[in-house]
Amino acid sequence: MGMTMTQKILAAHAGLEKVEAGQLIMADLDLVLGNDITSPVAINEFRKIGVKDVFDRNKVAIVPDHFTPNKDIKSAEQCKFIRKFAHDKEIVNYFEIGEMGIEHALIPEKGLVVSGDVVIGADSHTCTYGALGAFSTGVGSTDMAAGMASGKAWFKVPEAIKITLVGSLPKWVSGKDVILHIIGMIGVDGALYQSMEYSGPGLAALSMDDRFTIANMAIEAGAKNGIFEVDDKTIAYIKEHSTKEFTVFKADEDAEYSREIEVNLSSLRPTVAFPHLPDNTRTIDEAGDVPIHQVVIGSCTNGRIGDLRAAAEILKGHKVKKGVRVIIFPATQKIYLQAMREGLLEIFVEAGAAVSTPTCGPCLGGHMGVLASGERAVATTNRNFVGRMGHPKSEVYLASPQVAAASAITGKISSPGEVV
Amino acid sequence: MSDNNMMTEAMAGRVIKYGDNVDTDVIIPARYLNTSDMAELAKHCMEDLDKDFTDKVRPGDIMVAGKNFGSGSSREHAPAVIKASGISCIIAETFARIFYRNAINIGLPIMESPEAVRDIDDGDKVSVDIGRGVITNSTKGKTYQATPYPGFMHDIMETGGLINYLKDKGEQL
Repeated sequence: MGMTMTQKILAAHAGLEKVEAGQLIMADLDLVLGNDITSPVAINEFRKIGVKDVFDRNKVAIVPDHFTPNKDIKSAEQCKFIRKFAHDKEIVNYFEIGEMGIEHALIPEKGLVVSGDVVIGADSHTCTYGALGAFSTGVGSTDMAAGMASGKAWFKVPEAIKITLVGSLPKWVSGKDVILHIIGMIGVDGALYQSMEYSGPGLAALSMDDRFTIANMAIEAGAKNGIFEVDDKTIAYIKEHSTKEFTVFKADEDAEYSREIEVNLSSLRPTVAFPHLPDNTRTIDEAGDVPIHQVVIGSCTNGRIGDLRAAAEILKGHKVKKGVRVIIFPATQKIYLQAMREGLLEIFVEAGAAVSTPTCGPCLGGHMGVLASGERAVATTNRNFVGRMGHPKSEVYLASPQVAAASAITGKISSPGEVV
Repeated sequence: MSDNNMMTEAMAGRVIKYGDNVDTDVIIPARYLNTSDMAELAKHCMEDLDKDFTDKVRPGDIMVAGKNFGSGSSREHAPAVIKASGISCIIAETFARIFYRNAINIGLPIMESPEAVRDIDDGDKVSVDIGRGVITNSTKGKTYQATPYPGFMHDIMETGGLINYLKDKGEQL
């Protein structure tokens, strides 16, 4: 019996010829990541281990992106703490305000992950880098600490769900709709402890930005990782962004899967996840009349240039509905600059949207767009749990940048086709 | 061997029971995470799901929940505040994987037993033998078998968490 793509990467990093689902292994890490919420806890745990330095100062990345630019004194203290650690340990990949971005948009852009890598990050959306054909997964602060000290992490080798993509995306449908459709189908624990492995003839038509979005939300189906077969687009992306050597792993023909799903991209509709779970999905045609107070376009899920272009295409020449607050977050400085050069920021401001520096802020109810009791937001973020974006009696509807932009114009959850 | 030996301690207490998909945002809302002082954060444990939790929880109590407990964020603050609030063990049908890892890594005993979850009611008196994976419900006079920890996860739990385990193992990791 052969191995899945994930199993092959893990085997190679554990020095084993073969691994099987359920096997416990110790794997070498190519990158250990943390942010301003998880790194302070990790640094305290790191100190308890009693090693002097991190295992490789080039293979640790710390990105202060959650409560930054610092929203209050306590957040500033946490960032001061991690900044000092990064300085003391001479961590190469610490990214300060002005050069930073939302970690899962920034790390691929900086070329720090390539196909075949094993990455852990003390942030659940670390699974994003599966778009590049890497095994990457979210862990907690203690794992980050142990990873920084030893360059290793323990894993239980996962089974995989094989997701074969066929067809091509219709107009106004994007990667967000693909992943919301899949989560709606299999449920928020539908891939628990497993890999979601994407391949098939439909892959070629998906942009890298779409793939990042799809891999990003693997965790919302409970998955350990989401990973894409490497193709010419992946290799072009890696060569453009990184000088690291990369290895391409492909699942064996006779790999065993716990489940096989075919997704016909051509048949998908814009999809919205209603409160309070990402699997509570409806197509835009079934959404009904849902008035909204706020729109958030951005995050590690949908803050990339392709997302901003899609939103701008819809917002161009329109005005945001009076009474709706629209906040747009380019995910990195590079994306921000690109959006500026392409005139996207001008379109947003002309339409009546606010444009922010990169931050995770509103996605987790931290700052820059927190909701009051009874308020409703359409957001291109990844979670719509109770209290996620603010008051426990507020509501978050997850959607694509296209649906979010259309909803900004009408003031209710809307299909892009209604406004363009 | 560390002082903090989970496997030989018997956990016993009253059950506080919740449903499926208890996520990390309700366990500890992100709005409080501008500090990593777990005792301070424990004041807000479960706040968005059960505002009475911090008043009713007593040291040793056992949390019981349905499927996919701890879904969402990787924040280790979630198992850490549950531990800091006095909960001695969590029994669920299934755990979200990052929460599962984090609980093991910080030495918070967790057990998977759909049978126990179905049968145990809020307020039942339950004790847990982590080493043998046996859950005893003294209110109902029943016992349930949980899935034992595989391989070195057992050793990590036995030493009280990953950091102690690493210190014990020294160069091996």
